[in-house]
Order: sequence, then C-alpha cells, then structure tokens
Amino acid sequence: MSEAIARPAASVVGQNNLPGLLLLAVLAIAFPLLPYALHVSDYVLNIFMNSVTYAMAVLGMVVVLGYAGQINLAQAAFFGVGAYAVGLGTVSWGASFWLSFALGIGAAGIAGLVLGMTTLRLGGHYLAMITISFQQIFDLVLVNWIGVTRGPDGIPGIEPPTLFGLHLTDKRAYLLFCAAVLYALIWFVWWLPSTRLGRAMRAVRDNELAAGTIGVHTLRTKVIAFAISAVLGGIGGSLYAAGFSYISPDNFSFLRSVEFLTAALLGGAQSPFGAALGTVLIVLLPEWLRFLKSLYLAVYGLGVILIMVFMPEGIWGLLRNTFQRMRKPAAPVVGVAPALNFEIKAQSSRPVLKLENLQKHFGGLKAVDGIDVEVAPGTVHSLIGPNGSGKTTSLNVVNGIYRPTAGAIFLDGVDVTQMKPHERAGMGMGRTFQNIRLFQTMSALENVMVGAQRDNNPIEAGREALTKRALSALDFVGILERAHMIVRNLPYGHQRLVEIARALAAHPKLLLLDEPGAGLNQTEKQELVGLLKRLRGHGLTVFLIDHDMGLVEKVSDRITVLNFGKKIAEGTPQEVLRHPDVIAAYLGEGPANAAARA
Amino acid sequence: MEALANNLQVLFQGLALGSIYALVALGFVLIIRATNVVNFAQGDFAMLGGYAMILFTVGMPGNPELHIPGFAMHVPYGVAILLAAVVMAIIGLAFNYGVYYPLRNRSFLPVLISTLGASIFLQNTVLALFNPQPRPLDKLFNVEGVTIGGVFLDSQYLVILGFTILAVIFQYFFFEHTLIGKKLQATSQDKDMARLLGIPVTLMIIITFVYSAVLGGLAGMLVAPILFVSIGMGSTIALKAFAATIIGGFGDVAGAIVGGIIIGVIESFAAYYISVPYKDAYAFLALFLVLLFRPQGIFGEKVSEKA
Repeated sequence: MSEAIARPAASVVGQNNLPGLLLLAVLAIAFPLLPYALHVSDYVLNIFMNSVTYAMAVLGMVVVLGYAGQINLAQAAFFGVGAYAVGLGTVSWGASFWLSFALGIGAAGIAGLVLGMTTLRLGGHYLAMITISFQQIFDLVLVNWIGVTRGPDGIPGIEPPTLFGLHLTDKRAYLLFCAAVLYALIWFVWWLPSTRLGRAMRAVRDNELAAGTIGVHTLRTKVIAFAISAVLGGIGGSLYAAGFSYISPDNFSFLRSVEFLTAALLGGAQSPFGAALGTVLIVLLPEWLRFLKSLYLAVYGLGVILIMVFMPEGIWGLLRNTFQRMRKPAAPVVGVAPALNFEIKAQSSRPVLKLENLQKHFGGLKAVDGIDVEVAPGTVHSLIGPNGSGKTTSLNVVNGIYRPTAGAIFLDGVDVTQMKPHERAGMGMGRTFQNIRLFQTMSALENVMVGAQRDNNPIEAGREALTKRALSALDFVGILERAHMIVRNLPYGHQRLVEIARALAAHPKLLLLDEPGAGLNQTEKQELVGLLKRLRGHGLTVFLIDHDMGLVEKVSDRITVLNFGKKIAEGTPQEVLRHPDVIAAYLGEGPANAAARA
Repeated sequence: MEALANNLQVLFQGLALGSIYALVALGFVLIIRATNVVNFAQGDFAMLGGYAMILFTVGMPGNPELHIPGFAMHVPYGVAILLAAVVMAIIGLAFNYGVYYPLRNRSFLPVLISTLGASIFLQNTVLALFNPQPRPLDKLFNVEGVTIGGVFLDSQYLVILGFTILAVIFQYFFFEHTLIGKKLQATSQDKDMARLLGIPVTLMIIITFVYSAVLGGLAGMLVAPILFVSIGMGSTIALKAFAATIIGGFGDVAGAIVGGIIIGVIESFAAYYISVPYKDAYAFLALFLVLLFRPQGIFGEKVSEKA
C-alpha cells in the first residue's frame, strides 16, 4: 500500500522516468566540467557563471511565484543584498568570504521576512507595487549612499573563497563549486512541494480562502515562501560577487528583476528544472539575438507577452504535458485504507457549537440579526431559510471568514469569536463550500492531506501518518481509487466528496456543510444522504445549510429556520416543517397558506 | 515672510507635479475598474505622449544603425496635441488587442506580467527608433509665468493644474451623466450582468483602454516641457501614480486624484527640506506607511472575499 502512495504528484521525475533522470544527471555533471574539457575564453566562462548564479535567484522565483503564487519584482534586490554583503564584507570590512556569505544570506532573508510580513496580508497588485518600490529604493541607496556602497563606481577586487584549504582562484574550480551549490538548491526546490510547507504553499496558490478555512496559516506560509525566495536570491548574489570579483549597482536593477521573472516564466515557474532551463536561455538569448542590435530589448518585451499568451506553463510545462500524454494515466489506487477513525470524545451535554446573539451587518443591511443556536453533540443540525435569509453569511461568520458585528461563537465551550479561520480549523472546525473550493492543480490525495495537516490534529507525526489519514478519509467517502487524480479532472460529484474528505481528515469536532447538495443529481443526492447518515452514525456533529427540504428532512435531528436574518422557528424536522411561519416564509402569505396557519 | 513664500513655491510645484501623478493614476484606476488589472505600461503612455509631441513639433533624428530616417512635421502646437491624442488612441486600441484581450479570461497575474512586457517593449522600441538623448519640449504658452507675492507661478505648471481640474470635471460628467459612462460603470462592476443586459462589454473595455491611453498621453505632453522627454520618464511617473492609487484607495477615482496630489506635495517638500538624491524614494516610503497603518487607503473600504 505505502509504495503506491508515496509518489509525489508535483514532479515528473519518478520511477518511470529513469531515462530522463539519467539524461538530466549526465547533463548536470557535464555542464560545469565543460570549461575543463574545452578551451573556453573568459567571456564564455562568464556566461557559465552568470547562468549558474542567476539560476539560484530564479529558483527563488519558483518558490514564491510557482509554488506560492505570489509575485516578486525585487529578486534582483535580494540578489544585490547578497552580492553587496560579500563585496563590502570582504573588501571594505576585511571579513572572510564565508562570514560575508552568511551575512548576505541572513540580510536577504531578513529583508524578505520584513517585506513579506508587512505586505503579504494584501497580496496581489499590492505585492507587485511594494516589491518594485523596494527594488527602486535599493537602487537609490546603492547609487547615492556613496560612503558605504561606493556609489555608481561599484566594488572591485572581490576575492574568491577558500574551500577546504583550496583557494578557488581558478574560475573553473569556482564554477564547479557554484554548480554543486546550485544542484543542492535545485534538489531542495524539487523536494519542497511534497513537504507539509510545500503543500500549504500550493494550497494558498490554488485557493487562499479555502486554505485558511481548513487550517493553513496562509500569511505565515506566504511569508516563509517569500523569505525562502529572498534567501535563494541572496545565495546567488553572494556567489555572483565572488565569481566576477566586481559589482556595481546596475547589475541589480529592476530590469534584472524582470529578467529573473521572465526566466522563471519561460522555463516554467512550477519546476526547478524549468527554472534552470529558463535561466540558461535568458542568459544566452542576447548572444544569439545579437543581430537584432538595439531592437533586442524590444523583442524581449514582446517575448514576455507571447510567453504569457501561448506558453503559460513555460517550456518545462509544455514538455511535461507532452510526455504525460504519452504515458499511461496514473494507476488507480487499489487495496484498502485503514478505516476512518473519528475519535469522538465521551459525550458531554455541552453544545459543540453555540451562537449567542450573533449579528452581522453590511452597512445598513442586517444579514444576520441576532440569532441564538445551540448544536448538541452528535447531532445533525440544519440551518434553512429562503434565499437571502442569511444562511451563508451565518456560516461565514461561524468559521471566521467574516467578523461578527456583535455576539459570540463558542466551539465546544471555547470562545472563538476573535479567532482567524485557520485558528478555528486548528480547534477542530471543518468546512465545505457551496461552490466547491478545492486546490485545483493538486491531486485528491494532496488536497485531503492539506486538510489532515491542520494544527492539533490528533494523528501521529510524519508523512506516513498523514498519508494514511488522507487515504482513510478518501476511502470513507468512497473515492479511494481516484486518490492520485488531479481534482480539476474529477467529475463534479467526486469533487464534492473530495472536499468532504478534506474536512473529515482533520478530525473535526464540528463539520460545517455549506449546501452540500447543490449541483448534485438525484443519485448523487441519495449517496450524499447515505454519507451524512453514516457520519451521524459515527457520532460526528454536523451543522448544515441547504435549500433541499427533502435532503434536510432526511438527515437532520434538528432544524433552525432563518428569515431576514432572524430565527423564526426551531425544532425537529416534523415540528419545523409544519410551522405556519415557515410555510409563510417559503411560500408567501396566501389564502391557501392562511388555511395552514389556522 | 520669505520662508512663507518659499514654502508656497514648493507647495505650488508639488501640486503641479501631483496633478501629473493624479492624471496617470486616473488612467490606472479606470483600467483597474474595468479589467481588475494594474497596467504596468500606464506610465509609458505618458512617455509616448511626450514623444508624439516632439515628433509633431520639433521632430526626431532617426537611428542610422537600423536605417530609420529622422522625422519632423512642425505643425502648430495645438494641432500637434490633437494629432498626438489620435496617436495615443490608436496605441490604446492596439494595447487592448495585443496585451489584454488574449489573456482576458486568465487570472490577474498573467495580465500583469503581460503589461510589464508591454512596458519593456514600448520603451525599447522608442529607444531603438529614436535617439536615446532626452528631448526638451516647448511650453504650451510662450510666457515664463507670473510672480504673485514672491511666488513664481510657471505658466506650464498653471496649465497642468488647469487641465487636471478640467479632466476631473469632464470625467465626472462623462461617467455620471452620460449613457456610455453608465455602461462603463456597469461593466466595471459586474461584467457578466452587464453582458446579460446587452452592454457590449468588449467594446466598453476597448473604450477604457483608449481613454486611459489618451489620458496618460496628455499627462506626458503636459509634463514634457518640465521634465524633458526621455525613455524612462514614464516608469517613474507610473510608479508614483500607482502608489497614489493605493494611498487614495485601490480603484477609487477620488482617491487617485487626492493620492496623486499628496505624493506630489510630499515629494516636493521632502526634496526641498531633506535631500534631493532620494527624491524618488519618498513616495514609496509614504506608501509603506499607508500600507502598514491603513492598507485600504484613504477612501478605500475593507473588502473581504465571499465564500
């Protein structure tokens, strides 16, 4: 069983790619040895050096842009931080290379952390703007703070380091060392997506709201991604400085940042191999396109647009898609997963969810206007009401997407009113969405693993336990054999099941289901009713909203009815569905209904 | 007394400079509202406007390396402005089809990167076609300016202020009191609904790009006599204009104008009192502070995604 599940879906390099892997290894080893084998000029050696050090910065772009989906237009500044640390450290301050190197990495990382913490809350366009601003200020400082940075003249005479008593003055030897560092970094970036952190990053990229709701600390994940990216830039810059022995501000301009971005996009921002390929191309293109003379940069700009239009996943993406079409589709998972364990504590009578005078106003609109609800442990409690009665708003307040205007929310006796969605998830609040919110480019298994990796989930530590838990959840909802499929390719009904499995894998104390029946056909609805009944049989507490009376009536122990943001009825399905106010709210006041009222 | 006059002088310059940022920021906001995308080539519209003016008045030498001949038309200033505006409209149209339209159904990131590519393309095409040397442009009126109470009011600065006020008034009437303005607003608020109501959304977005390009071009024409026309002039203006849209409130029209003026004034005073070399950094520092303490900007409202 465990062999079948261990393969990371993020990369094409797997057991069945042996020839490709071998080719890659041969290329990788041959590349830095070329200058030894052939007689190359210093000029060509510089091109090699450029490729290797730039590639490190571009790997940073893979992490921040490819994995976490955040833009960074200041990678050249982080690259510059590393370069200036080595330049100033060794030349101006007389420190050793290694000390300066460490300083550069630290400074780049701290700069990335600070920039990330202040702006990643906002993301999107803001991040683009802020990183450009940082880049501009960095350039201004380099040029104008002449006392320290030596201004536009730059810093000459940077010495290459000594490694194990070996002075790397021979450029070829130094290149060999840099290539070794690069390969280590490529391995790291390749390994990252299959880790807890890497999955969290990709979850944030694919659907930030859902990621937060199921327990991913989205801000922290983005900040870490940003800092890793900055550190990779810093490493590249440090090695660059010692490799060229001279640096000046124009090596670290905004245009260089765009170049790093373009290299990542051209090669493929989702893969470290694509990044390496893209970097080599970006370094070589000006050499090949020399005949364009002064038009080169114009063509380059045009190229950026064309890549975005025709090659959104870059060259590596194109190659991967082509090969994947030739390969057999992912084998279905066969076998059995361990039964899903719900670990529900001995029942106390305390309500699992308690809403006290909950209110949410949007301007003058009172979407939720003071409702009190108690959800008893081990029950399925439904919230129903006509369109616009405040159901979804209530659910969004309960799980923290909205802050309530007034009132309090208790989860298993703990006041969670002020907590963020991921903190509530960490306390055992699970949720699904009406318009399914999955991580579209990840496999079903990975989606569910992100759910299982929430804080305080009572499972053993380690990847194996996480995988096992996720497979059990998929098995419980009945789609274990689809575990390795990318969810984007699954039918709608299955996507809904993956979303439920994702919530179940987290051992929820309380499961919030937002219109689970929406968009399902009759058969699928029947299956859903069966699933919900099984959940109740296991003693799980469910708080559900839906329109479909048939479904609600079949699965609910208790129903609360909302209209215009207020509770108008509550009780068992039989009581509630005969309640005259409920009938009036759904069908309107009319002579026929007036009879029912009487 | 002299100190007051000095301060007023600095304020006046700040207001004029801020007006330019505001005009470019307006173009930003219109495109953000219509397409939910920041156009990183917005500043290059200003650069192109400036070059178009040079082309139609004093002319440009070509680039012998690429066998591009020089060009000059020597038409009157007013005619040159009209011609340049037409050129900008055509560029806006081409921009819509070349940069935005193929990516309209993708997320904001590919479009943003595409506009970044367009910016590099536009700047370097102009660089390759013409000489890289910055060019001066005559003022609109052939007078230096007037001195009132010890404050010298440069005629071009007055033109900039006047035009900005006119542009704001025009835009207000256009959007609030014409049918096409209402359709543009509808498009920016909900494209699908607008489409269902029979509003030609694609056309509305084309109009937005054309309008923004002309507006950006006019800003470039107005500022050219002060800053010289150069390849990079747009980038600096655009970054500050973008900072202005964030300070004012992302996507807010009034915010763009107020934000632009604020940045112009801050920059003017900081350059006068603190240090000139870091002139371009103050706008960004102001931006950092706003993002830290009031990330939604002056006029912005906090919005959260709906589940």
